[in-house]
This record gives sequence, C-alpha cells and structure tokens, in this order.
Amino acid sequence: MTMSVSKTTLPEVKIPPQDLKRSSVNILIWAIILGFLTYSWEGADMRPMELVNNSDNMVEFAKGFFPPDFLEWKLYLSEMWITIQIAIWGTALSIVCSVPLGILCSENIVPPWVYQPFRRLMDAARAINEIVFAMLFVVAVGLGPFAGVLALWIHTTGILAKLYSEAVEAIDPQPVEGIRATGANGLQEVIFGVIPQVLPLWISYSLYRFESNVRSATVLGIVGAGGIGMVLWEYIRGFYYAETAAVIIIIIASVSLLDILSQRLRKMVT
Amino acid sequence: MIAVGVSRLSKTFLPGKKALDGVSFDIEQGEMVALIGASGSGKSTLLRHIAGLIKSDADGGKVNVLGSTMQENGRIDRNARKSRSQIGVVFQQFNLVTRLSVLTNVLMGLLGSVPLWRGTIGYFTQDEKLKAMMALDRVGIADHASKRASNLSGGQQQRAAIARALTQGAKLILADEPIASLDPASSKKVMNTLERINKEDGITVVVSLHQVDYALKYCPRTIAMRDGEIVFDGASEKLTPAFLMELYGEESAELFADNNTQQATSTPVREEELALAAG
Repeated sequence: MTMSVSKTTLPEVKIPPQDLKRSSVNILIWAIILGFLTYSWEGADMRPMELVNNSDNMVEFAKGFFPPDFLEWKLYLSEMWITIQIAIWGTALSIVCSVPLGILCSENIVPPWVYQPFRRLMDAARAINEIVFAMLFVVAVGLGPFAGVLALWIHTTGILAKLYSEAVEAIDPQPVEGIRATGANGLQEVIFGVIPQVLPLWISYSLYRFESNVRSATVLGIVGAGGIGMVLWEYIRGFYYAETAAVIIIIIASVSLLDILSQRLRKMVT
Repeated sequence: MIAVGVSRLSKTFLPGKKALDGVSFDIEQGEMVALIGASGSGKSTLLRHIAGLIKSDADGGKVNVLGSTMQENGRIDRNARKSRSQIGVVFQQFNLVTRLSVLTNVLMGLLGSVPLWRGTIGYFTQDEKLKAMMALDRVGIADHASKRASNLSGGQQQRAAIARALTQGAKLILADEPIASLDPASSKKVMNTLERINKEDGITVVVSLHQVDYALKYCPRTIAMRDGEIVFDGASEKLTPAFLMELYGEESAELFADNNTQQATSTPVREEELALAAG
C-alpha cells in the first residue's frame, strides 16, 4: 500500500543529457595542452634515455657526494649566518619601502594617474630576477654581501608592494568611511582605517618573503654577492663534491628551520 | 539656526534613474528627525550627501550644514573637512575599525580637531582620553573601553560609534539605519541614547529608519521618501497607516503590522491632512 503511494507521488525526474558542447571544449583544451608539450619537446632538448644510458656515470657522480665533509663547518656556519643577515636587511629595507609604495599602488586609495605608474615601476622591479640585480650591484658597489642586500631590496620591494596593495584593495571600506566622517585627512584615513585592517596579512606576507629571501640569498653568492653561495660555487667549480654536500646540508637545515619558525609566527599573527 | 539645509538636491547613479530628485528641506538646530522610506528610496544617499561623503550631480543643488556649505552643484566644498568634524555619522554597520580597541575608535573622533601631527601618529593627551571615556560612560559601555571593537555585540558597537560622535563634539548626528542590524533590546538602547543626547546636549539628530514605530516613538518630525523624492515632511503623529501602506507597498505590509493596529486604535485616519502634507 505504502509502496504504491510513494510511487505515485514520485516526481518525474530525468538525467540531463550529456552536454555535447562542454565535452568537446574539454577535448579541445586537452588537445591544445598536449600540442604545446609535443611542440616544446625539441626546444627543451628532452633526452630521457640519457638518464638510463648513463646511469653508471650518475651513480659514480653521486657517490662523490658521500660521505659529506664537514671539516670546515665553522666556515659554513658563519657564511650561512651572513646569508641570513643579507636576507634580514634586504627584507627589512623592502618592507619599509613597500608600505608607502603598496598604498600608492592601490586603486581604492589613489587615482589611476598615481597607481598606474607606480604599478608599472613595481612590475619592473619584480620582473628582473634578484640574480640579475646582484650582478649589476656587484659592479656598482663591489663584491660582497652589500650587493646582495641591494638586489634583494629592489626585487622584494616589487613583490611586497604588489602583495600589500592587493591586501589594501580587499579591505572593508566602511571603517575607512567612518574615519573620514570624523573629519580626518587622507593620510589619517590610511593610518587608522586601512592599516589596522591589513596589518596581519602584511606581517604574514613579509615573513613569507623573508623565508624566500633566505633561499634566494643562498644563490646570490654565485655572482659574488656574498654569503654561503660563494663557498658553494667555489666547491662545485673545484669538483669538491664531499664539501659541496656538506654545504647543501647546512643550507637545507637552516632554510627548513627558518621556514618552520616563520610559519609559526605567521600562524600567530593571522 | 538651520542645522541642515538641503535645496534641490539631485543625484543620478545610473542614467535615467534618479536616486535623489530635487530634494529640499530645512532642519533646525536641536530637532530629532526620522527619515523613512522603503529600501532604495534614497535615504542613505541623502544622508551621505549631507555628510559630504558623496557628490551630487553637476547641477544637483546645494547642501548647507551648520552655517557653511558642504557641497554645491556636484563639488564638495573646500572646507568640507572642517564641516565634517562637526558632524557625527553613525552607520548601519557601525564602521568601527574592529581590530583597534574601543577607546582608540572613540578617540578617532578627535582626528578632525587635534593638530595634524598628533592625529597622524595617534598621540592623544590624558584629557582627551578622559573625554573619550566620559563619552563611553554616557552610552553605558565604559567597562569595555580596552576591548577590541570586534569583541563587542552589535548594540555595543553602535553605542561606541555614538560615543565617537560625542567625543568629536558633533553638533549634528546623522544616523544611517543605526538599528537595522540590531535586535529589539539593543535597538531600544541605541535609540534611547540618541534621544538622550538630542534632549540633553541639543544635538540635532537625523536618523533613517526602517521601523516606522521607532520613528513615531522617538522623533517628533518625519521625512518620508519614495523613489528619491520627499512625499511627506511633517509631524510624525500625522503619519497614517494608509499612507505608510502606500509608501512601502502592499507586499511589505507585515513590516509594520504591529504598528498598524496600534495606530488604528490611537489615531483615526486623516487622509485629507496627509494629502495636504504630501501634495
């Protein structure tokens, strides 16, 4: 009895037919992706068989790294510390610059004729890799960590200003209006209405960039901009693979440690 | 003295649809005026024009506030910042900076009057802090001064916003649906606070409301709007259920159903008067 009742009250439903247009678009997208991969095969000089054919040599090469030679560990540690110090100063300088520049790049704060040129300027700072800046600054201020600091400063400013301005563009405009309604001026609106809202995000971004900068600073030494990269480059060029392995381990350990620390800090602020 | 003078104010957001259409009225110092009308009738737009937060159309009339021009024909007056410092604005969403403490938020009210450098670095004297605390005490939330604004209830946040306006030394308070997102008990507290500062300090209060019963209870004068035009401006007691029904449309009759029955028993329908007032 109940069965028949429920049967009669069942609404009539149909499974919608396959959308032919959508599935053909999907196939097309996959075809394009595969096409690009095939086309780039030659340009990228893909030779996967080499890995197999030369496996004996590879094993021999890898053996050279073991056991790592930590005899000069004091040098490694002090150079690693210099690398971190380069990252500290590079990040600090770029934070100071990115606060005003980030505001000047935000379309909800300044008119287009202000944010457009500042955004293009930041694009330029971001587009050029810190290694390139490091090479230029080595010429300008000489070999050593200071060139590295300057390189990180310029490149990171480009990145942080963009991230900061994106945070500013996502704020709730109502508190800012509340501040404006009290008769505050534009700068005060930003200081009391905008910055309190974005501060946690800004701190989080800055810490993340500090992590990345420690990683970047390890290679800046290769072009002569100081720190552990210089040591690393000397060892690789001299085929001292055991020492190279030791330096790489030091880098991995320090970078992981800093990542964990900064992650903890970032969790605390947001 | 005229606290708010609005003449022929017009504002077009989308071509062809006027948000404000030749609105004119004067409000005397010390009045408490309700602004009613359905959603989209132009209440908020009007208040934001008076506060100088948005500009009217290029030939869109004039707003005078407390004896000085706020805006004229689509141009915000050069001294608008000075005028704004005499206007306290209370918003539906409170517009506090929720990450700052309640006291800091209230002190923000002083930004327009303290020296620029002090306001900019956020340095306030003991006297100023005391003044802010007294304002918080008057609205009954002095105990919460050191809490973050986000930790307060909606009603408390709204009263903090009123304290900010008091600290500012506002002579005019514009409240844009201050109780629309509050429960009845909090709404009552907020409206009582507004009524008290109006009576005790002689501060002019213009408050836009959804709930007509609050307008009748707290405000001697009501301005009703529809489609950007003023359709009623006069004593609140002259509002009739029939007129309100027409104002809000049949479908939203339940919004003031309670009020309707009350009104029907207390005041007989006076449609002739209404026609005069609206006409």
